[in-house]
Order: sequence, then C-alpha cells, then structure tokens
Amino acid sequence: MASQPNTYRNQPDERGHFGDYGGRYVAETLMPLVLDLEREYRKAQADPEFKREFDDLLEHYVGRPSPLYFAERLTEAVGGAQIWFKRDELNHTGAHKINNCIGQILLAIRMGKTRIIAETGAGQHGVATATVCARFGLPCVIYMGATDVARQQPNVFRMKLLGAEVVPVTSGRATLKDAMNEGLRDWVANVHDTFYIIGTAAGPHPYPELVRDFQSVIGKEARVQMQDRIGRLPDLLVAAIGGGSNALGLFHPFLDDPDVKMLGVEAAGHGLDGSEHAASLLGGFPGVLHGNRTYLLQDEDGQITEGHSISAGLDYPGIGPEHAWLKDTGRVEYTAVTDEEALEAFQLLCRTEGIIPALEPSHAIAAVAKRAKEMPKDSIILANLCGRGDKDIFTVAERLGVEM
Amino acid sequence: MKPSTRLSAAFCKPNPALVCFLTAGDSDTAANLDALVEGGADVIELGMPFTDPMADGPAIQNANIRALGNGTTTAQVFAIAASFRERHPDVPLVLMGYANPMVRRGSEWFAAQCKAAGIDGVICVDIPPEEDEALGPALRAAGIAPIRLATPTTDAKRLPAVIEGSEGFLYYVSVAGITGKQQAAQTSIEEAVARLKAATDLPVAVGFGIRTPEQAGAVAKVADGVVVGSALVELCAKHGADAPKAIRELTASLAEAVHSAR
Repeated sequence: MASQPNTYRNQPDERGHFGDYGGRYVAETLMPLVLDLEREYRKAQADPEFKREFDDLLEHYVGRPSPLYFAERLTEAVGGAQIWFKRDELNHTGAHKINNCIGQILLAIRMGKTRIIAETGAGQHGVATATVCARFGLPCVIYMGATDVARQQPNVFRMKLLGAEVVPVTSGRATLKDAMNEGLRDWVANVHDTFYIIGTAAGPHPYPELVRDFQSVIGKEARVQMQDRIGRLPDLLVAAIGGGSNALGLFHPFLDDPDVKMLGVEAAGHGLDGSEHAASLLGGFPGVLHGNRTYLLQDEDGQITEGHSISAGLDYPGIGPEHAWLKDTGRVEYTAVTDEEALEAFQLLCRTEGIIPALEPSHAIAAVAKRAKEMPKDSIILANLCGRGDKDIFTVAERLGVEM
Repeated sequence: MKPSTRLSAAFCKPNPALVCFLTAGDSDTAANLDALVEGGADVIELGMPFTDPMADGPAIQNANIRALGNGTTTAQVFAIAASFRERHPDVPLVLMGYANPMVRRGSEWFAAQCKAAGIDGVICVDIPPEEDEALGPALRAAGIAPIRLATPTTDAKRLPAVIEGSEGFLYYVSVAGITGKQQAAQTSIEEAVARLKAATDLPVAVGFGIRTPEQAGAVAKVADGVVVGSALVELCAKHGADAPKAIRELTASLAEAVHSAR
C-alpha cells in the first residue's frame, strides 16, 4: 500500500499523474491538443463567467440539484442501515453523463472548436453528447461499436433524432473500447476543428481531472443536502464503477472526511473466477491504454481482453486512473457484483420504491443491500442512483425470459 | 555490429534510406522480411501486434488482427527478430508498436529482450516525451535507440523536447491522421523536413501515406529516409503464403526510386 497522503483531493500532479497512474500516453499528433485543453481548462477554472454559465445550465437545463431521497421501503426490506439515494437518474437525459457533457461543450466553445466527437457504449454518453450538441448547434459524430448499435437501438434512434451522426465501429470486437479507438483515430485526423468529449474520468490528462470536477456537483450537492436533512454526513458512500465518473463525482467532495467510508462496485459479470467480467480493479493489472496508465483487463502479453457485464455501461476493460490510485492508497474499498445480483437488485428497487434503475446503479444497489444488513439501524448509506432503467428494459426482459 | 552503428550506417550511405514496415506474425513473417532485404530495404520496422492499434488505419489494423488471430505472442515477436538478426547481421531492425505490450513485464525486461534479439531501436506510438520514463531510460541503458515521432502538430516550442532523448533517427509523421490513408502535399513535407533538420543532426525519415515508388522518390529528394508500411502490409493480406514475391518486387521498385532520388 502506498503511503497515506495528507489530502486525497489535490490529485493529479502537474503532469496529470495520480500516484503511478494517469498521465498523457497519446500519439505525438495529439499532445499539443491535450496541452491546449489543459491550458484552456485552467483559464476556465479561474473565470467566474465559466462557472456561472455551467451552474446556470445545470440548474435550468439539466434540472439540478437532483433530489436526495430516503428509500424508506427499501431500508425496511433490507433491514439495517438507512439507505439514501442521490437521484441523478432524474437529470435531463436520464443519467449523470449530462453533467460532464455540459462542462466539456462549454470548453469546446471557448476553444473555438466547431465539431464534436464522442464514443459511447450503451449509448447514454452518446445521447448526452448529442443533446448538448443540439443545444449549442454543433455538428456531432458518435462512434459506437456495431455490437452495441445492434443491442441499443432506442439510444441510437435518440441520437439520430438529436441530429447526431452515429458511426457503427466494426473493428476489434465492435464494442466500447473499439469505439474509443475510432474516436481517437478521428481526432488525430481532425485536430484543427474537433473537440473530443470523453464520457468518463479516463483518457489523457486533463480529461480524468476535468470529468471528475464536472461530475463533483453530485457530491457537493449531496454534502449540503445531507447536512440540511439529517445534520451529518453519511457513514458509507456507494457507487457503481465502469470508467468511474459517477463514483468520483459522488466520492471526491468527501475524500478528506475520514469518517465517511466509500465503496466502489465493479461488474463481476458471470463471476470474477472466469474471464467473463468487467472488474478492471479487482481482476486486472496496471497498464497503458487510451491515454492513461491504469488497471486494465489484459493477458500476460499486454493484449487487452474484452469485459463482460449485463450492463453495457460497465463493459469497459479499463478504469479511471484516480480510482486506481484510490484503490492502492486504500481510501476507497472496491467490490464486485454479478449480473444475477444486479438483476435481483434492479427488481427489488422497482417493487419497493417505484423506481426503475439502470443496470449500472443496480450493481451499486446490490452492494448496498449486502452492506446495509451488516450495519446498525442508525447508520447512513448514500448511494448514487446514476441512471434510470428505461434503456435496459429489453435486456432485463430477455434475461427474465419475457417476450416483448 | 552494435545497434547504434547499424542504424547510423544505414543513414550514412550517400543515398536516402528505404524503411519498410511489416507486422510480426502476419503470414510467414521471416520469409516476408527476407523479401524486404532482398528487394533493397535499408531499415526494417517490425510491428508488434496489439489489440488496440489506435494510430493505425484499416490495413495495419487488419494485420494486427491477423497476427493476433494466428496466436502471435510477445515471445514469438522476439523470436522473429532474433532469427532475422542471425540471417542478416548488418540490417538495422526497429520494433514499432504501442506502450502496453512493451511495458507489461516492466521496461527493463523489455529492453533486455530487445537487446538479446538484436533490435536496434524502438518506436512507441503512445509514449510522448512527457512520459519518457515509462520506457526511455531502460532502452538507453540497454543501448537501444528510442526513436521519437514528430508530427505536423509538433510546434517549434515542443520540438526540442521531442528531439531531446531521441536516438537513431527522427520519424516525421507527415500527416495529422492514421497510417495508410492520405498523403501529405510535397511542399508541406519539404517545409517540415527543413524545419526538423535545422533543429537536429539526427537523420529524418518521413512516413504515413507513402505507397508508390513515385511518392517515395519525391519524398527522398528531401528526407534522409522514406517509410512505407500499409502498401506492403496489404500485400501480405492479398497474397498470403505467396506474399514474398510481391513484397520483393514492390520493395525493389521503391528502393530504386528512393536510392536514385538525389
């Protein structure tokens, strides 16, 4: 375990490193752009007008602050700690992804870029990107693995309605990582006018930092809301981890509160014993991919292996570099939940609270249910309900053997 | 011959050098590499296959997929290099690829394997100067040249950092884009090469999008080396086991154009 820092909130360093992780592992063609982006982000951070515009859009366009909700019947059904949810599934477009897209498109406009590209897996980040591009009148190309295009048709149609061009990627296994490769290939060929809106807290510095900062609105609101409602901070924060942006958004503002424990939940797919999972931290090794050094699913030669999860949004063989660092320092605990457990939690939340969650936060809910039982009734768990489940009803129906 | 000697000798000839790329493990690599040498290639670039070649166009992406589909391992890549070195003691051999397979077992391990296999230099696409310590120090300690890439986006402010710590030759990526696609305008190549040569004594080789003897000859008028990859890799895809003949013929016509350019 690495030595314990005085604060967990001053990462990354000036080179974009979170301890041994992160960095800027990109082709030379992209280096000047990545440096430009960092300069522009520093200027934006110091500009009150940027913050005003970001906050204004989050309030009036996204619908923030999102509610903090006490899940009374779920708490009763599970038996144990009080379970609270940060309701980011109520955001415009139905997930936390939009928070980041608003921030990045404002940066793109500041930089004078006139064309937006993005990658998407399940389609949530693609929809959020297409949404902000429509809002600001910028053309938008979304790269999506052909396999994902086939299994996420409703989101493909949403993106097209919003005016985006959706490009099916057939290289590799035709899923999220291949879409990201294709996004990088587009970017390298269109450096002069194109801004790449990366969907999670990964990629070359400064993406992991700025995505985290834009998503931190989740945790900042939750801190204030918790104090207002119950006069104290929660005992445990829980969030699902794919690339890790919703988890960092919730965790980061609490990292220096020693009494607040944190649990990140990876997708165990069919189980961590085999290769059919997407748990980069628990089942992977450090390596370099897509611009950063982090934990990756890979073989002994460093070839990247495919993740599996029932949730297409968790199905990525990497993880944001800050999570890699938080794991090694021990500040955040990581666990994994199988497809089966997530499906059970999905149904449990539907029936106890009248909320259909996305399959991503269903992983967090499954972990919450396990932990809550072991904690006293006066303790507080706060989980991030980072997306709504409308997009997943077809997948769930298939798994439950229901014809639609 | 020492690695540094082999590479510098290739660029000390009176004529510009032809640098030829093939992906390791794609069809009969040993026979294809021999065909490059027989055709007159001065420097061999051996691609290390990777699952996620994000700087490559379809031709080299597919070569990576074929090589990995054939079960090509890192050990086999080094075996291909070592046997090439036995057959061709004087032809410089450079490994090109992506960071993750290179650092998987540690940079020292990788550098030691390169040295043992007789590899002269390494081009790593996704380790820019800012992350040099991930691989550079280990390569230099083992006497392997870290060969850096300069691109149309490398401005005057960045160029010294790119050149600093670069050895063997400087690889100019002539287009902002991926391998095997469009070719840069001759005037932009001429300007760029002049700019690079004013900043360094290293030989400058130009690559990306160069496919024909005519293009190669034009670039060789100004550059110290000309890199051809996708056009050769496509012959592996097209001819399979019969590729050596086609590779030898294309290489010979490229070599003639490059060697007689000035």
